[in-house]
Parts: sequence; C-alpha cells; structure tokens
Amino acid sequence: MSNIDYQILGLLKKDCRMPLEDIATMLNLSMTEVASHIDDMEKHGIILKYMPLINWDKTDKQFVEAFIEVKVTPQKEQGFDAMAKNIYQYDEVKSVFLVSGSFDLLILAEAPTLKELALFVSEKLSVLDTVTSTATSFVLKRYKQDGIIFEKHSSDKRLLISP
Amino acid sequence: MSKRFVNSKIQAIPPSGIRKFFDMAGSIPNVISLGIGEPDFVTPYKIRRAAIDSLLDGETQYTENAGLFSLRQEIAEYLLKRHDVRYNPKTEIMVTVGASEAIDLCFRAILEKGDEVILQDPGYISYAPCVTMCGGIPVNVKVNKQENFELRAEQIEKHITPKTKAILLSYPNNPTGSLISKASLEQIADLAQKHDLLIISDEIYNELVYDGKKQVSIASLPGMKERCVTINGFSKAFAMTGHRVGYMCAPEDITKAALKIHQFTVLCASRTAQTAALVALKDGKLDNYKEVEIMRESYNQRRRLMHKAFIKMGLECVEPQGAFYAFPSIVSTGLSSDEFCERLLKEESVVCVPGTAFGAGGEGHIRCCYATSIDKLKEAFARMERFILKLGGTA
Repeated sequence: MSNIDYQILGLLKKDCRMPLEDIATMLNLSMTEVASHIDDMEKHGIILKYMPLINWDKTDKQFVEAFIEVKVTPQKEQGFDAMAKNIYQYDEVKSVFLVSGSFDLLILAEAPTLKELALFVSEKLSVLDTVTSTATSFVLKRYKQDGIIFEKHSSDKRLLISP
Repeated sequence: MSKRFVNSKIQAIPPSGIRKFFDMAGSIPNVISLGIGEPDFVTPYKIRRAAIDSLLDGETQYTENAGLFSLRQEIAEYLLKRHDVRYNPKTEIMVTVGASEAIDLCFRAILEKGDEVILQDPGYISYAPCVTMCGGIPVNVKVNKQENFELRAEQIEKHITPKTKAILLSYPNNPTGSLISKASLEQIADLAQKHDLLIISDEIYNELVYDGKKQVSIASLPGMKERCVTINGFSKAFAMTGHRVGYMCAPEDITKAALKIHQFTVLCASRTAQTAALVALKDGKLDNYKEVEIMRESYNQRRRLMHKAFIKMGLECVEPQGAFYAFPSIVSTGLSSDEFCERLLKEESVVCVPGTAFGAGGEGHIRCCYATSIDKLKEAFARMERFILKLGGTA
C-alpha cells in the first residue's frame, strides 16, 4: 500500500462514485494511474464492494435489526474462526465481529419481523454447539453509520460571505 | 440626522465591497457560496476540549495584557521551528484578538498623520481602511497575474516618497492565492534597508502552502527582524476563526507601543481562546501538526479541482499556491467583476467575491474560496459553466 492508495481510499470513502477524473485531478495523477491503483486494490481484496448507505427509515420497508452478543467456547485448533464461519453463513447475519470484553462475537442480524429475528436466535444461533450464551439488543434508531449522520442537520455554520 | 455625530474620516471610508453581496445572498435559496474566507473544518476536537476544560477549571479571569506567557513561549518556539524567526516571548510577542487586531495595533503604533504605507492592490480589505483610520495614506501598488500577483521591489520603489513609512506584505495572499519568492523578498528587504522602511508581514495563511512549497518569512532574512512586524494567528491553520486569537511579533519598542494601545482598549484576548491556542501549539509540536497537515491536504485536493474547473470553463487562472483562494480572470466574459458576481448570484445562485472588493486592481477577477465540500464545489462549477456558456463567452 502506497500513500497514493490511502489517498484514493480516503476519497472513495467519502464518495465511491467520485469520477476517476476528479480523483486524478485532486491527487495530481493521471486517470490511468488512478484506475490501476484502484484495480490493484480490488484484486487484492482491499476494496471489496461499492455500496450505497441507505436510510431505511425513510422507506416503507419493515424489518428489525439487533446486535447480538455471543459467548462461545473456542474450538480446538480452530479458535473463533470456525465459529464465526458457522454464524456468518446465515442470511439473517449482516455483520460478525470478534471482540474483546465480556463476550466473544458481536453479530448484527436482520429479519422482517421481531418474531423471525427471535426465532433466528433461539432456533439457529443458540443451538450451535459452542454457543454458551446470547444477549440480544434490538436497534431502535440509527443516528450515525460509517461516519455519516442520518438526521438532517445544517453543519455549515459559516457566514455566506466573509473577507 | 444623527449623521452629524459621526466622525467625518470614518464617514468617508467606503463600506466593504462584500457587504452588498452578503445582503443579496442571504435571501437566495440553494445558494452555494465560494465567497467564504474561512476554513470549512471546525476547530480540531482536542483544541475545543481544551477551551471547555479551561472554562470548567474556572479559568475565567483576565490574562496578562500581552497574553498568557506560556502561550507566548509556545509561539516563540513555533516561529523558530517552523518559520526560522527568533522572537523573545517576554518583549517581542503579544497575543491579540485575531490577526485583525494586530494589523490595527501595528498601524496605530507606528503611523503619524500623512505617513504612507505601501499596500498591494488587490489586497486584503482591512489594510487600507486601517491605515486611513490612523491618519495614514494607503499607497496602492498594482500586482498582476503575469507576475503571479507578486509585489515587485522595482514597482514598490516607484511609489516610495519621503513620507513612506512601511510596506505591507501578505503571503500566502488573500485574495490571489499567491506566494512570494525568496528572491523577491530579498529585493524588497534591500529596498526597506536602503530607504529605512518598516515591513509589516501578515502571515496568517503561512501553514496553507501546497505541494511541499514553503513561504519564507521576511523577518528570517539577515538584518530584517529589526525592521519587521510579523503578524499571524490561529484562525486559518487551526480552523479557529471564531476564537479570535492572533499575535504580533515586533521589535521591543513597537511591541511596547502596541501593548499600550491594547491594554487601554481590549485589555487582553479571551482567556478561553488563548488556552485553546496554547493546546493547538503544544499538541501540534508533539505530532508534527498532524491536524494541520490533514486539513492542508484536503484543501490541496480541492485547490487542484477548482483550478482545473476554471481552466475547463475557459477562465484564465494562475494556479493558486497558498491560502484557499483561486483568483481567476473573467475578462473573457466581457463583464466587470461586479457585474459577473451579481449576475452569477442572481442567475445561478453562486456567490463569488468581485476582485474589486480587494481594490481597483482586482478588476477583471473574482475571488473563489475552495474551502467548501467537494459536492458543493462540483455543483458550483456546473452552474458557473452554464452561466458562462449562456453569456456566449469563451467556454
């Protein structure tokens, strides 16, 4: 990874649809150079995907999300990885993190209804051999994600013109 | 009727050229402003936190007139390390209410009635009125794009009279975004020595210089410190415009005189803001001014974007080297600066500042600030391009 790679990532993180031409201009590079850096990062799995950040609250879609704290008994020779794999295969699971602290895995899960999510926990997750306990916290409101604040707020407090 | 109470000298000073646009822009929806003269970052968290903590600790009293000594010490260290000038924090540095107060104090401390001060035209809007308010006479020396808007010693010399007292320099420059080379500074330094003139150097933008370049501080040239007043502050480098902390560094006699005015007028700069500024420098030196570097790089990216956009829409534009302004020429559109800005605002809801707000020498140019989000910049460029096409001009 070069400094240029980090600069490109910095710009794509702000807007992954930013035209190559603008990235090239801003970083004082040719478009070909930028494209080849991006290609490389895609090939190396550094850039995995370009996705929109959606504010679902503004849509009619009904679904529930929950953070689930999971305690597990690590398996011999496989540690937590095998366990995480068992868990992330479920469609309900959107994110899985191995974390430090009083539990081991933090899961973000999603289902159309509260009942379905509860069923996922009780019938799919808790029954896994190595899971010793779970604690589910339903998401009530989303304020900020990936650095973006959801509520509309005017952030520019500057005067329109100043000397 | 109350007009009769107003001092005639003040009455005669024309209002700032940006006032008209300020009044117009406020009523226009969806307006995008390239007319702002301050960073689009909020003050870095640690610095804001320091201000809050200072208040919570009950630091709500006056400070010394010259400012917290610890802050002056940090300023001295900063100037030595970053800008190669050595000032004594006890006798040669004072903390002011923004660099603006320092400009005013400096003129008040040095000018006698009829003294002339050489200013560049176009230049920052406050200099000439401040000189006038002190009974001095501003003498404009035109700079032009062919010479990268640098003030030239040979041009200055043509305007020197027995009444000339000082030459004001401000690089990186507002509104042109230009720097001045060391060679040009050396020639101006020679001139100042030859004619026994004072140099006032407003270096408020000195951290915002791009692509590894540096703006030499004229006080660092041999023999110049004794005839230099260096003005700087925290507003631009640390995104602290609203805190109002600046400083003036000058030979002891000038500092004493300025301090006299300062203690009888403002007494001291805000203690809260001084404490925040102290942390800006203390923390900055520990991580090599990382926060400043992050902001600088972000301005740099947008600087390139803006410069390219102007070239693309057919406006001649010297590549800006410092501060966060581009100063393109709009001569090709056939409009005056004022007409261009007024019509652009009315027809496309984009605010730019006419070059003439910075002096008659700014005619044919507009000042555009690139310290605004990329999305807004792109939208502003699209609107400007459409506007220029509509004019049937050059694009």
